Amino acid sequence: MPRLFLAGCLCLQLLPALAGTEMFDFSGKVGEQRYMALIGQLRCLVCQNQSLADSDAELAHDLRVEVYEHMQQGQSDQQVIDFLVARYGDFVLYKPPVKPSTYLLWYGPFVLLVLGLIVLLINIRRRGRQAQEHFSADEQARIDALLTDKNRQENGS
Amino acid sequence: MPRFVRYLLPLALFLAMAALLYRGLSIDPHLVPSPLIGKPAPAFSLQRLEDPAVTLSNADFKGQVSLLNVWATWCVSCRAEHAVLMQLAQSGAVPIYGLNYKDERPAAKRWLQQFGDPYRANAFDADGRVGIDWGVYGTPETFVIDKRGVIRHKYTGPLTHDIVRREILPLVQQLKAEQG
Repeated sequence: MPRLFLAGCLCLQLLPALAGTEMFDFSGKVGEQRYMALIGQLRCLVCQNQSLADSDAELAHDLRVEVYEHMQQGQSDQQVIDFLVARYGDFVLYKPPVKPSTYLLWYGPFVLLVLGLIVLLINIRRRGRQAQEHFSADEQARIDALLTDKNRQENGS
Repeated sequence: MPRFVRYLLPLALFLAMAALLYRGLSIDPHLVPSPLIGKPAPAFSLQRLEDPAVTLSNADFKGQVSLLNVWATWCVSCRAEHAVLMQLAQSGAVPIYGLNYKDERPAAKRWLQQFGDPYRANAFDADGRVGIDWGVYGTPETFVIDKRGVIRHKYTGPLTHDIVRREILPLVQQLKAEQG
């Protein structure tokens, strides 16, 4: 009897795994993989850092049902996505579309990269030029004198 | 390029970036802009909360400026908003329609009896399907609809007296002046 009780307790531990998961029939048109992939890339609007697949919010549940039923009607992934975007905006997408208001988001990092490269190139070239600068005859003579002096000391003579 | 420009350039870039990021701090990520603004109100036809035999549909909004308020008895901030709606309804400035969202009919009716009924009529959206069509993601939400039945504004969250005075009423006045 205690064993049975323990087994029952262990089964209870599995309950959280069921949370936020509806029982859908995936034997028909809608493949489970396709469904899971789709709800994994849609954002829940209530808890915004979770996908529809992860979220336990009431709205996420409703939207999962909505997604499943649309797929059941034979709609493509894009049609389901368009349905949700028409109601909730681009916000439901984890991957925002490329359009004027998101240019900064998509291209900003590359602009910064190019700017950085330009600054780097300018610096390298300037340094190269400085290295080639000639000293006046006077300065050159002093340098030579100092260097020979130093060499002599190092040779210990 | 004069020397001082070269030294000021990084500072200017830094300031531009700081301004951009600072602005981002004051944007509430929970306020998702609705794609429905400027579009005709999504079609629906639902039983009225008050009387299942009568329906309320988007056609009822046409010919007048109106508000659609999404509410539920389980929504705590709707309770806070209710007094504001009551006062707005008593002022007679604009008719308020209600979308009773994912609620239970007896509880909702009791709520209106107990706290007062600011609504001209309520649509009873038991399963939340119409709510999804309207892009509802957090009650309460309030839509401003113009005479042609086009959604012109959406306010997410509980209305306050201040928001009604500054945001809702001026827009209602403006929409009333428009040709129908």
